[in-house]
Parts: sequence; C-alpha cells; structure tokens
Amino acid sequence: MFDGYTSSELMSIFAMQGFAGLSLFSVFVLMAMGLAIIFGQMGVINMAHGEFMILGAYTTYLTSGFFQSYLPGLFGGYFLIAMVLAFIVCAALGALVEWLMIRHLYHRPLDTLLATWGLSLIMQQAYRSIFGAREVGVELPEWMIGAISVTDLVELPINGLFVMIIALSIAVGVYLLMYRSGYGKKVRAVVQNRPMAEAVGINSAGIDRATFALGCGIAGIAGAAFTMIGSTGPSSGQAYIVDTFLVVVFGGAQSLIGTIISAFGISQAQSTMEFFLSGSMAKVLTLLVVVGILMLRPEGLMALKVRR
Amino acid sequence: MGTTDIAARGRPFGKGTGFRKSLMTLAASVMLATSAHGATPATAEVNTTGLAVTDDTVTVGILHSITGTMALSEIGSVQAEKLAIDQINASGGVLGRQIEFVQEDGASDWPTFAEKSRKLLRQDNVAAIFGAWTSASRKAILPVIEQYNGMLYYPTFYEGLEQSPNVVYTGQEATQQILAGIDWAVEAKGAKTFYLLGSDYIWPRTSNKIARKHIDKLGLKVVGEEYYPLGHTQFNSVINKIKLKKPDVIFASVVGGSNVAFYKQMKAAGVDFTDEKPLLLTISVTEDEIRGIGGENVEGIYASMKYFQSLDNPNNKEFVAAFKEAYGDDMVIGDVTQAAYLGPWLWKAAVEKAGSFDIDEIRKEFAGIEFNKAPEGYVRIHENHHLWSKTRIGQAQLDGQYKVVYETEELMEPDPFPEGYQ
Amino acid sequence: MKSSSPLKWFGSREGLYYLALAFLLVIILPLALDPFRLNMVGKYLTYAFVAIGLVMCWGKAGILSLGQGVFFGLGGYCMAMFLKLEASTPEATAIQSTPGIPDFMDWNQLTELPWFWEPFHSFSFTLIAVIGVPMLLAFVIGFAMFTRRVGGVYFAIITQAIAAILTILIIGQQGYTGGVNGITDLKTLMGWDIRTDEARTTLYFICVGMLFLCLFVARLVQNRKLGRILVAMNAQEMRVRFSGYDVAAFKIFVFCLAAAFAGIGGAMFTLIVGFMSPSFIGIVASIEMVIFCALGGRLSILGAVYGALLVNAAKSGFSESFPELWPFAMGALFIGVVLAFPNGLAGLYQSYVIPLEDRLLKRKKPEAEPAAKPAAAQPDAEKADDYDPMINSYSPEKS
Repeated sequence: MFDGYTSSELMSIFAMQGFAGLSLFSVFVLMAMGLAIIFGQMGVINMAHGEFMILGAYTTYLTSGFFQSYLPGLFGGYFLIAMVLAFIVCAALGALVEWLMIRHLYHRPLDTLLATWGLSLIMQQAYRSIFGAREVGVELPEWMIGAISVTDLVELPINGLFVMIIALSIAVGVYLLMYRSGYGKKVRAVVQNRPMAEAVGINSAGIDRATFALGCGIAGIAGAAFTMIGSTGPSSGQAYIVDTFLVVVFGGAQSLIGTIISAFGISQAQSTMEFFLSGSMAKVLTLLVVVGILMLRPEGLMALKVRR
Repeated sequence: MGTTDIAARGRPFGKGTGFRKSLMTLAASVMLATSAHGATPATAEVNTTGLAVTDDTVTVGILHSITGTMALSEIGSVQAEKLAIDQINASGGVLGRQIEFVQEDGASDWPTFAEKSRKLLRQDNVAAIFGAWTSASRKAILPVIEQYNGMLYYPTFYEGLEQSPNVVYTGQEATQQILAGIDWAVEAKGAKTFYLLGSDYIWPRTSNKIARKHIDKLGLKVVGEEYYPLGHTQFNSVINKIKLKKPDVIFASVVGGSNVAFYKQMKAAGVDFTDEKPLLLTISVTEDEIRGIGGENVEGIYASMKYFQSLDNPNNKEFVAAFKEAYGDDMVIGDVTQAAYLGPWLWKAAVEKAGSFDIDEIRKEFAGIEFNKAPEGYVRIHENHHLWSKTRIGQAQLDGQYKVVYETEELMEPDPFPEGYQ
Repeated sequence: MKSSSPLKWFGSREGLYYLALAFLLVIILPLALDPFRLNMVGKYLTYAFVAIGLVMCWGKAGILSLGQGVFFGLGGYCMAMFLKLEASTPEATAIQSTPGIPDFMDWNQLTELPWFWEPFHSFSFTLIAVIGVPMLLAFVIGFAMFTRRVGGVYFAIITQAIAAILTILIIGQQGYTGGVNGITDLKTLMGWDIRTDEARTTLYFICVGMLFLCLFVARLVQNRKLGRILVAMNAQEMRVRFSGYDVAAFKIFVFCLAAAFAGIGGAMFTLIVGFMSPSFIGIVASIEMVIFCALGGRLSILGAVYGALLVNAAKSGFSESFPELWPFAMGALFIGVVLAFPNGLAGLYQSYVIPLEDRLLKRKKPEAEPAAKPAAAQPDAEKADDYDPMINSYSPEKS
C-alpha cells in the first residue's frame, strides 16, 4: 500500500499516525483514570461512568451557552472554567450517589454493577427529558479549532494536543494525589486492608466518599474534553463503557501505572491495526487480543500483590 | 423543466381505473370530486375488511421510537406525520372522515416494533401505519404487515433490495441518492478518485457497493473503502489514510454519534471542507444531524438528498412555516422528516382514488398516484411502491442549512433492485 | 435428598409452588389472554430460560456473566438459520441471482451457501446445535477462565467484552449473518406455518413445556450434592478446593448449563417472535437479563420465571402508556432491587408469605409435613443473609 509515495510523505504519515495513536492513548487515559480510581481502588463497578462523562459534557455545553449570551468577550476562555465546573458538578453528584447508594454496597461489588446500571438508565433518560433526544453541538472558541502545520503533510490538531495536555495533567495529578499526599496514603491503606486502616483511625467512610467523588469528577473533566472530539447526546456515554472497563481490567485493576500502560498498549494496537485494516475488523481484533491476554493473565498487566 | 411533461403523463385523480368500480363507489367518487365536505360514502362501502372506520372517523397508526437510542432520529418523523394528519383533517379529512391516530412506541427495539405493529393491525385495526425508521425495524414489521395485510408508509432513505406489496417507501432507495450525486461530483467538480467511508451496517455497505459499481462504470477509481462500528468515535487513523490517498471525493455514510466525532476530528485535523480538497459528499447528514455536529464543523460539505429545508418553492415555504408554527421556530427539517410528511398525504390520495379504505383496493391504485403539494416539489408513486423524485445536491452552510447547488432535470426512477449494481 | 414418590412430591409445599406456576401458565393465562397477548407472554418466557440459568450460575455459584445474551443469541441464530434455509427454497427465491440461498446473502454477492450454514438444513442437527453451540462456547470461555481462577468482577467484564465482540462481528459480516437487520422473514418450521395464531399458541405451550423441563433439570442440580457444592464454592471457594473438589470443573459445568438454558430460550424466542437480530446479543440486552433474575430472586429458580414475566410485562405496559417514564422505572427497579431486597421477590415471599403459610398450615393439619423441607431455594436464601458470596467471607456489616 505504500507504492508511489516519497519517503518524506511516508515519514510524515507515520508521524501523523503516531500522533493519532497518542491522541487515542490520551482519550483512553482520560476515560479510564476516573474508573481506575473507583474500580481499582474501591472495587466498585461504576456502570454509570459514561453517563458521568456525558454530565461533564452537558455542563460544558451549558457553560458555553452562558458565555455566549452573557460574556461573549470572555468566550475564548470558557473552556477552562467549563472543565472546573464539570469536575465540581460530577464530583458533587458522585458524592451524593455514594451516600445514597454505593456505601450500602461495598461488600457486594457485583451488585454495585447492577445498581449503577440502573443509575445510568435514569441519568440517560434525565438527559433526554432535559436536553432533548438530539445531540447538542458544543461550540468551541476560535483558538481551539484547526491544526498546527509542522510540514505540509504533518498537521497536529490543536484540540488533540489539548486533550493530550489534559490527560497528562490529570495522570500526573492523580499520581501525586495517590502517592505523594496524606489522602493518597489513606486511600491506599483502606484498599489494602480496610479493618486495619480503620483500626489506626482512618475514617474509611469519608475516604470512600471522597474517592468516589474524585473518580466521578475526573470522568466529568474527561467528558468536557470529549466535547471537542466526540458527540454529546443522551446515550453517547454507553459507547465508552466497554473500552473503559477493558483498559482498567487489562492494566491490573489496582494499579494506576498499569492502567496507563494498558491504555498505551491498547491504543497503539488499535490505531496501528486501524491503519492497515478496516475499522470494524481492527476493533474486533483489538478486543479479541485483549480478552485473550486476559484469559492467559487474568490479573492484568500490573497486579498489586496484597494479602487478602 | 422535466417536471411538467412527467406530470402530464401522470394520471389525475378520479380518472381511469378508479371509475371501474361498483356504481356506489362511482357515485361516492363523484360526490367527493364535486364537494369536499359533501355527503360521505357509507362506511360499509369503503371498508369491507373490518378496519377502524366509522361514519366520521378513520384510525391510523404511528409507530416510531419515542425512547431509546433511535428516538432522536425518529421524533422529526412523528412530528411531520402528525402535522400532515392535522392538515388533512382541517381540509375535510379522507373520504369525509376525520383521521384519528394511535401512537405506539417502538422503543428502538426491533421485536417491539413487530409486537406493536401486530397490536395496531389486530387490536386497533388501523387503516394505515406510518412508521419505522431503521431498516432493522422495517424488516421486523414486514412479516407482520404482510401476514395481516396492512400498509406501511416508510419514510427513510434506505438501501433498497426490497419491494413489498404492503409497504410504500416515501424516502429514496439507494440509487436515487447515489448515482446522481456521483455523476454531479464527476461532471461539476471533475472528481477522479473516491474514498468510501461508512458505519458498519447494511445501509452504508449497500450504498457503497452501488457507488463503487457506478464509479467503476465511469472508469474512475475507488482508492479506499472503510467501515467503522456504530458508535465509533475515533477517526484519526482513517483521516491519516485519507490524507495519504488524497482522494478527490470522500463519499461518507457515517451515522449517529460517529458522525459528530468524524466531522469534528476532520475539522481539527486541518481539513477545511470549503476548500473542497478533498470534497466531501455525504448521504447521511441532514439538517437534523448538523444540529448535533455543529455548522462550523461541516461548513462546505455536500449532501445528496431529495429535500433540503432551504428549497425555494411555494409548497416548501408553506410546509416550513406550518412546521415551525406547530413545533417552534428553532425546529429544523431534514430529508426524512419531509418524506414522513408525504406518507399521510399519499395515503389520502390513494384512498380517495380507490374510493375505499380497503388495503387491496388501495394497492391497485398506487401506481401513478401523484402529489403536487409535496414540499420537495412533485412526487409520484412508481409501480414498485417507491417514489419518483429528484436528487438534489446541497452545500452545508455555517448556519446549519444547505444551499442547493444542483438538482436533477428529471425525476429519478426508483430502482430497488438495480441491475448491474448488485 | 431422598426423593419420595412423585405423587407425594406434588403434594409437598415445593410441589405446590410448581403446580401453581403450571396452573398460571397453562390454564389461567391462555384463558385470560387473546392470542396476541399470549404470544407476548411466550416471548417473556423465553427470557425466563436465561434467568433460570443465571440463578444457577450467578445466584448459586456466584459467577456473574454479563454475556448471557451471547448464548441466547447463538441458540436463536441456530434456529433462525434453519428456518431461513427452509424459507429460502429455490422456488421462493427465484428472482435472486443465486436462487436457493437466503436473500441477504444474495444481496451481498455470495454465490453459494457458506460451509457453516450447510448443516442447518437438518432439523436434528439444528436441535443439537441450539444447545451444543452455546455450550461449546461456554466451555471454551469457562475452561480458559476458571482453570486460571478468574472470577467475580473480572469474569463479568470479560463476558461483557465478548458480547461486544460478537455483536460487532455479526453486524460486520452481514453476508454471512444478515448484519444489523438480523435473520428475518421466517415462515415455516418443517412445513408448518409458524405465523398463524394457532401455531403461535402451540409454540407458547411448547415453550411452557420446555421451561418446565429446564426448571426440573435446574431443580435436580440444585438439590443434589452437586448443587450444594456450588453453593459452598460460592461461600468458601478455598475450603471446597482444599476438600479435594475441582472447583473449576464445577464452575465450567454450571456455566455450560446456564448457556444451554439460554440457547434453548433463544431458539424459542426465534420461533415465537419470528426473527433474530444482533440487538439481543449485545451488552444492554445481556444486562437486562440479569435484572430479570435479580428481581425474581437470584437464589430461586421459580422466582426467576416470575421475574422475567413481571419485568417484561411492566416494560410493555409502561412503554404503552408512559414511554418517557419507562427508563426511570427500569432504573429505579435495578437500584431498588439491589438496595432494598437483594433476594428479590423470592426473598420477600420467604420473609413475609411463608410465615403466614406456616401458620395456616399448622392450624389445619399440625402433623403434615413434619419439619417441612421448605422450597428448595429457601435454605440458601436464609444463609445469604449471613455470608456475603461476593467477597467469599462473612460480612461484618450484615451479621
């Protein structure tokens, strides 16, 4: 398939394809980070993760509408504010859900799956009732549209870069929070040995709520970022759920580093195969390979050794 | 233009076969022809098969998804069908009877469509069903409607390969959308190479198959053909492939949420559609879809449809005004919505031509039924139950509307089983 | 368990529960409903097969599969392939460029029947395949996972991914599978028109018969030692393993059993509804099947039947009168069942109706049914309050 192209053309295409892989990687990291915290650290299967992301997207949509009507001069900067708002809204709802529902189910992880699936149905229909069944278009400020031309062929999408930066900052932020802060230490203590952590005076219920809210908040930021590259509609969230869970499980549920490595592996595999095969077959093959590896190595790539 | 002579060949209402009925029916037809609100034909005469017809009313069914993933697409059709029914009622109804409707929710679930169509036909005895949107839902309804001899008016442009005596297809079958579109790209834009891209299901695959055959026949080249699962949201790899292959035309039939992602990512990758390098020709983005994608992301793409909201003719102006009055000023009307609007009107024309609500009587009359007040202009039913209609090319504008840049001279003949394209 | 004479069993309390269900399905519903509604009940019952399988594999053995739709779909597709071949006689498909093959293949330029369609000309092969194909896939998955001790959440997510893969494959390979439209326009079964009212009513009774067959197989399994090992495994997998049992083998067995039930349900679905499509295989369909089982009571096979009936009836009823509200109701149902009564209807019955029955029975004939062995599922239901199957240990919060 590469006949008749000059080597510089090929180089640029490979560069672009590398970039495509990286932006898929950052999408996966954004999707999976929130879930990795909730599922990996707390063992809760949050099937409504996609819907929390869409909540972030709708928050962005509302914010953009607000800025257009009342603060058109500041429209260029609305996106940053929208992300903060998306985090706050989703984290608040997350905390509420944790208090009402999740905390009763910590000892029954499979039941959290069913309950959060119910939650996702309710959230979807709520979006449909409030925002209408149609997808909404989120307008971006001028500076975020378009691409930076490196050479004639190599053009880097600005919003792709932006998504990467967000993904990177969130990954670093979560890492610092989990491994370099007192809060993170407590979370890890609760994950590894809940009774012992309680015995040394850690308020495990508070930690749980904060962690769940944090995971949902990150989902909100991801949703806000995805308005740049994806669709915002009542059922858009469901498209993400299988990929997200596979990334987290493949990485080894309790390891954040594992999640990032697995996001990298899956995204590179998928985008390379997409380049050589048709999109559908690439997707099927990627899923098959991941499932196959998981059958051989059920604990995922990076397993955390804990005494249970 | 071609319209007039084709119209002249069409049969006006009330002449010809409609008159070789019993004396009573003849009398009824004459009465109808002379006064719209005059004496209505007796129910026993116009309904011999136990349909829900009384002396004052006739009941029809509307069957679309109000809930579930398809709701966003189908709501426009429901609105259009209700609008048409209201307008028909206001103008005196059908054979002097006011139309009442039973609405059922298909819930984006195909067995539900089959179930509800069975309910409409068996319990409600409806005289016609306006409904279905996806091919899968139509395929689910089909055996039911054939078994109980109902009549479905199906609004969506679709892949063809079907011709049921119990369905009237008010949208285009694939060749009506594709052939003229590709011819236009070749003649007006000098296109030589094509890249075919679609969501992975029957309609895009069949459409691309027809497109590929046609491109081959023209002696031109397809440089890529590609399908992505429904709901796929990452198109960077295919965008790179397109950049590598440098086709003159991207022929796109991506649907749903994937659409939004695809156009946003194309835009972000530095593709400016107004440059037409490459030119993007789609058969799946109507004004409805643009609302979700955002006008700024699709500005400059071309769509091959039979109807655009911006069509400049008196019928359409009236229709758009009525639609906005009924449902709000911010409504947009896409190709399928207009096709759905045709359903009740064509049914009324057929019923009045047959002088009966009986499905078998109506079916005899379909070929040649015409509708002059169609927003898209003039349409006529082909004997294969599809519509003769024009193909138009529109270019998307920043405000989410299409500007019509081309329309076929003649009405395109519907050909659900195109020879040489299978 | 000593199995006394069948007659005596029917007189026992458990036997009465089965009789009551049979009375409802065989006599009351057919008399009360017109053929159209009865056909819908038949459709709901096909989901009950899946729910019974889930009781065995999730409720008893603690293996939650989010991919039961896969097995349901495979069974259904096997049946649909047979019916489609029967409907695609050379005469009926004379207008095609290749007569004698299903219409969708012709549209996709296939000129001969793919090899894996060939055996489906035979009805006996089809009947075997309806059960065999789902079981085979279940065996492969189960063998790969359970011998490596994958369980719980991981298993659930992997089965979910398998459901996603199969859906994409079926939709993508439309020349071989009918694609997103599925296999439609099925007319006759061995020359018998399955679209008439009489045929539909007959199929309903066949469905009820098959359902009871599956119920009895499930009951047999749960009341033998086998069933108790499954429950034990769920509670204390390690102890069972150290007692010398091959835990993986038991898990594979029960997963295959559930797959077989689902396959039968799928085949009945194809017959009753008249077509099969990928939308019954996917993730959403598969998770909905879990709620049928959860509502009925994840530990009670009879509860599963009622669960499937009730949820589906509510779905039809709700979506007819308040289409907007249905997803809210469904969502609330999921949450409510899980939070408020994790053992579902059977659990409620156990805690509120059984004591009532006890009092009534005792007053009437104090000596009947000494130490009445309560309905089979119930000892488990009681136990479930004490231990937590999901983390394989006693839960401090609940005891």
